[in-house]
Amino acid sequence: MTFHPMRFLIDRDARRRLKDRLAQVATFLCVVIALIPLGSILVTAVARGAAAIGPGFFTDSLPPPCNPDVTPNCPTGGIANAIQGTLILVALAAGISLPVGVLAGVYVSEYGANRIGRSVRFFTDVMTNIPSIVIGIFVYTLFLELGVLGWVDRGLVFSATTGAIALSTIMIPIVARTSEEALKLVPVAVREAALALGVPKYRTILRVVLSTARSGLVTGALLAIARAAGETAPLIMTAFGNPFGFQGLDQPVEAMPRIIFVYGITPFPNWQALAWGAALVLVLISLLISIASRLVLRSRFSIGGVHR
Amino acid sequence: MRLSLKGLVPARLRRWLGGAPGDPLFHLLTEVVALGILALLAAIVIVLFVGAGEAMRAFGPRFLTGSVWDPTPPEEFGAVPFVYGTLVTSAVALLLGVPVSLGIAIFLSEQAPPWIRTPLTFLVEVLAAVPSVVYGLWGIFVLAPGMRDTVEPALQSVFGFLPLFHGTPFGLDKLTAGVILAIMVIPTISAVSREALLAVPDSQREAALSLGATRWETTRLAVLRYARSGIFGATILGLGRAVGETMAVTMTIGNRNIVSVSLLDQGQTIASWIANNFTEAQPLEVSALIELGLVLMLLALVINVVARLLVLRMFRVAEGVR
Repeated sequence: MTFHPMRFLIDRDARRRLKDRLAQVATFLCVVIALIPLGSILVTAVARGAAAIGPGFFTDSLPPPCNPDVTPNCPTGGIANAIQGTLILVALAAGISLPVGVLAGVYVSEYGANRIGRSVRFFTDVMTNIPSIVIGIFVYTLFLELGVLGWVDRGLVFSATTGAIALSTIMIPIVARTSEEALKLVPVAVREAALALGVPKYRTILRVVLSTARSGLVTGALLAIARAAGETAPLIMTAFGNPFGFQGLDQPVEAMPRIIFVYGITPFPNWQALAWGAALVLVLISLLISIASRLVLRSRFSIGGVHR
Repeated sequence: MRLSLKGLVPARLRRWLGGAPGDPLFHLLTEVVALGILALLAAIVIVLFVGAGEAMRAFGPRFLTGSVWDPTPPEEFGAVPFVYGTLVTSAVALLLGVPVSLGIAIFLSEQAPPWIRTPLTFLVEVLAAVPSVVYGLWGIFVLAPGMRDTVEPALQSVFGFLPLFHGTPFGLDKLTAGVILAIMVIPTISAVSREALLAVPDSQREAALSLGATRWETTRLAVLRYARSGIFGATILGLGRAVGETMAVTMTIGNRNIVSVSLLDQGQTIASWIANNFTEAQPLEVSALIELGLVLMLLALVINVVARLLVLRMFRVAEGVR
């Protein structure tokens, strides 16, 4: 059959086949459209970020602003204070949220076949969808009001402490949900085997169920850590930023995502370069954790947080 | 109650920790922690109400209808420009993001050859792993210049008669913020839509195919129609994400407190206004910003609960058929 455009006007089946083919092409194009920004972000971050990451990137602090194209000897500087701050904030937040989240996950998965369990799961899901900036406002207001009551020092509002609390408030529901999912993947037979040997239920959970679900738990923890490491909005009104590095839990502290925001919107090329360097580091961390979690965990965690 | 108080007698402590009576304690520990999460959520709501109290007493309902934000005494704060900006950017995000996400979901669940589905699904999910602030930085340096120099002039030359596209293309404006949001909601909407499509029973597809429908006709008539409440739920979930998104929008929307029809004008969203002003505000203004945060949270919560109910209903219906 030779192709003739007029054929589609008269041949209904040819028209249907053409539509079918067009739909296939169109939906494929949608995938391509979505992946273009991803590619562009990765390429730009590598191109601009790699230029900023020199020997001083991890050890130096913020340089005076200048343009390397205009000023000779314009210092590149580094983001040592931000890297240190993010490590401290995320470590503190993980220290709070991992035990809390895993225990809550254990409750919902192992003891939660009742109304409390169901409502904990529902409201944990709801919490994962609270905008992160609202969490920042919550922690700020909480410490402001506690300060007014005289229970805490008022200066504590902008500090590493509040920053870590804000990040852990974001992490707890994520850890709880992923832990619950990981624990539910452990076959009932494993629990029954331990219980049949006379092992008490709590020991069965601690020794057998948790260790069987280990890889899933680690994945959930890593996903939460990746999320916390990239959070900016809640840190604006809690950790606040600090050019001098860590000065104590009651003092403001810098964080990598915050300097991407602050340096990125300045007009100074060497500061912008540092923002891209930090962006590259953060993107690489998120990417590695996504890939690792995909490899470790074959089960599907849906991104929207909706599970069957 | 399964908890036995007998076990708490100190004399029995050692045996108790080693044996079965440890059960009630561990049960209690996990239950307290789990209830602690509910308490945390309650605390968030209560603390925000307390913090917003001063502004609520000062302005009452006119906070929600006022469009002036003036911290010079006598102070006057109104939320309208920010609610407007949030709605407009989210609408742009859904308008651009939903068709693309739906196309992705259809391709990945109905059209693509099986070997390519997993890697492509993963790549789309990676979009969700990129931190918001990195989207913002990319928006400033890559997207905004592109919008200013090519997309926006092109839109003006075609649709310039519409008030939506009046004004000078600036790059950092509501349209650019909406485009960034569209990119950011794609992984959410496409992942949940894809799950909704996968939940459609194969008997639906087989019925359509046996009547001689092409693959696209099967998708359109038998699959999409069946999954529509799931897809609608996915869209609302995406809306929830767009409404609360802060950093990427703050960095690309241009940050001007104005209400204008044109997408090429700058604006503000609730979240971007809070991020820009929070640390420099005086007490009453802080309280007004907290009230804005409260509005944002209630908006996000309502949106998410609605979405969740829609998606769950869809899956329940699908499971009933199997």
